[in-house]
Amino acid sequence: MVPGNTKHTKNTKDGTKKHKGKTAPFAFLNFVFLFVPFVSFVFPGQVMPQRIVSLVPAVTEMLFAIGAGPQVVAVSSYDQDPPEVKALPRVGALLDPDVERILSLRPDLVITYGSQTDLQSQLERARIGFFDYRHAGLADITTTMRALGARTGHAQEAEAIARGVESRLDAIRAGQAGRPRPRTLLVFGRERGALRNIYASGGRGFLHDMLEAAGGANVFADVNRQSVQATTELILARAPEVILEVRSADILTAEEAAREAASWTPLASVPAVRQNRVIVLTGKGLTVPGPRVADVVQRMAEALR
Amino acid sequence: MSLRRRLLTVVGIFGAATLTVLLWAPTMGSTSISLSRAFDTGVPWADNVDAQIFFVARLPRVLAGALIGATLAAAGVVLQALMRNPLATPFTLGVSAGAALGAMLAIAMRLDVGALGVSSVPIASFLGSLVAIAIVYGLASSQRRGLSTNVLLLAGVTLNSFFSALILFVQYLADFAESFRTVRWLMGDLDVGGYGPIVAATPFIVAAFAVFAVLPRALNLLTMGEDMAASRGVEVVKAQRWAFFSASLATGAAVSLGGPVGFIGIVVPHLVRLMVGSDHRVVLPAATLFGAAFLVLCDLLARTIMAPLEIPVGIITALIGGPFFLWLLVRQA
Repeated sequence: MVPGNTKHTKNTKDGTKKHKGKTAPFAFLNFVFLFVPFVSFVFPGQVMPQRIVSLVPAVTEMLFAIGAGPQVVAVSSYDQDPPEVKALPRVGALLDPDVERILSLRPDLVITYGSQTDLQSQLERARIGFFDYRHAGLADITTTMRALGARTGHAQEAEAIARGVESRLDAIRAGQAGRPRPRTLLVFGRERGALRNIYASGGRGFLHDMLEAAGGANVFADVNRQSVQATTELILARAPEVILEVRSADILTAEEAAREAASWTPLASVPAVRQNRVIVLTGKGLTVPGPRVADVVQRMAEALR
Repeated sequence: MSLRRRLLTVVGIFGAATLTVLLWAPTMGSTSISLSRAFDTGVPWADNVDAQIFFVARLPRVLAGALIGATLAAAGVVLQALMRNPLATPFTLGVSAGAALGAMLAIAMRLDVGALGVSSVPIASFLGSLVAIAIVYGLASSQRRGLSTNVLLLAGVTLNSFFSALILFVQYLADFAESFRTVRWLMGDLDVGGYGPIVAATPFIVAAFAVFAVLPRALNLLTMGEDMAASRGVEVVKAQRWAFFSASLATGAAVSLGGPVGFIGIVVPHLVRLMVGSDHRVVLPAATLFGAAFLVLCDLLARTIMAPLEIPVGIITALIGGPFFLWLLVRQA
């Protein structure tokens, strides 16, 4: 699903029909009742949301990046960035949105995730507009930023930020031209200190796109899923030249990162292990498809060189 | 047929079948490998992908499957006899829920205290099972002299629910990625990532089997009732205590190794009883061998039918075990 589908409040009132064809004052009322809602429905950009609730951390970051931060009144319980969100009230998250709290904040726009269909129908009943978002590919990040800009009255800033991200990504891609593309295993989850519960990027989604933009060739590019639970056999068979591990939930010290990289030594025939090309990237927001994505791709590109 | 001959026949047939499965399973997988190259010592280890797939990826998995399958099946036999309840499983007494809670905490709190080649999750999980064993035993032995199997059962079931609630609470508070990992752990996974965890679990399981070896006569008499067993010279409380601790310890070790792989502990004992009768002196070794082969075969399916994607082995054991068991029940009736 394409991110950025917007739904809007319909303020039409049926009562106007009774007065149809009556005297001039009523005709004027007809005009007011029918035309004004029509305008706000067709040209929603005219009514700028001033009280935004965001339930998606990646979108919260985008809102602040495009200058809509002051309009944000509440965020999800997982939001950490930018630092301004720390002072904002929390209204639950993907699985447990606190509808009562959301409604009590009187928002005029709620950022929801695509699977929150119950919340969306509740918002529709309460006549509150929502912005429907779903994680998708790398290109969809800037598409979402532009859609958010248009929806929140920051089209120009959004355009500038989106273009900035795109030109940085283009520059990184251009920097890879002519270089070999190492076959890379992109790991985003693994049991600490063991080769168990290894989750890697499949051939779909923003992580895969980020790896390809950074100059790596995903060893699971043929798997049409966002994630693959990679067994040791699968990794031995795919023989990646680089193992790139991103850790964003738990920030590792250099020593811990080295120890985690050493966990791979039993797979001695894997070229990445033999040539000492197991790289652990650690840091907040590494797996957030938001405005910082070009920084992460840059880090990945440097690691792959 | 004398018991000795029956035992030899059954162990011979089941043993041969299990050995065949154990030798065949590591040759199959999501990748095709050359066995002659895998065993070719002329090729340096670091260059020999086939050998690494065989020895690093597949063999630990098959061994873990055999060990867990054998343990859960044998523990199921012992606990069904101890409780005199055909529905008892190794997971009835809350041991697996305690193990699961330990694992959930280690995953959610991102514990990093591995030792001896074993990571924090199996260690925490085993400690969790020990806590559960202590609580259940404390409750069951507090009311009167000896061990009340009724209290044991009720305490186990209650502890299961209580721990399940705590598990859900930990999952609810955990980060999103961690929540998914905890759910995946509960589905069972034999890709143990090396021999370290297997070696660590083995002493506990071997100790439990040493106890299982002397239990069958007492179990036969206990299934007829405690008074009957006592009148035939069984030291009832002592036998119950040994049965409870050995089966629970084995279950804790097995679950901490591969997660709570469902259905083995109930389906295998009943299947084996349908095949060899109900004498525990025959059932226990037969179930041990059958459990090992059954789980290894289920895992073989789990890792090959949707390759390169893998199906959690707990789903396969339930999908195969359930209908097969029902079919046998209907046929028997």
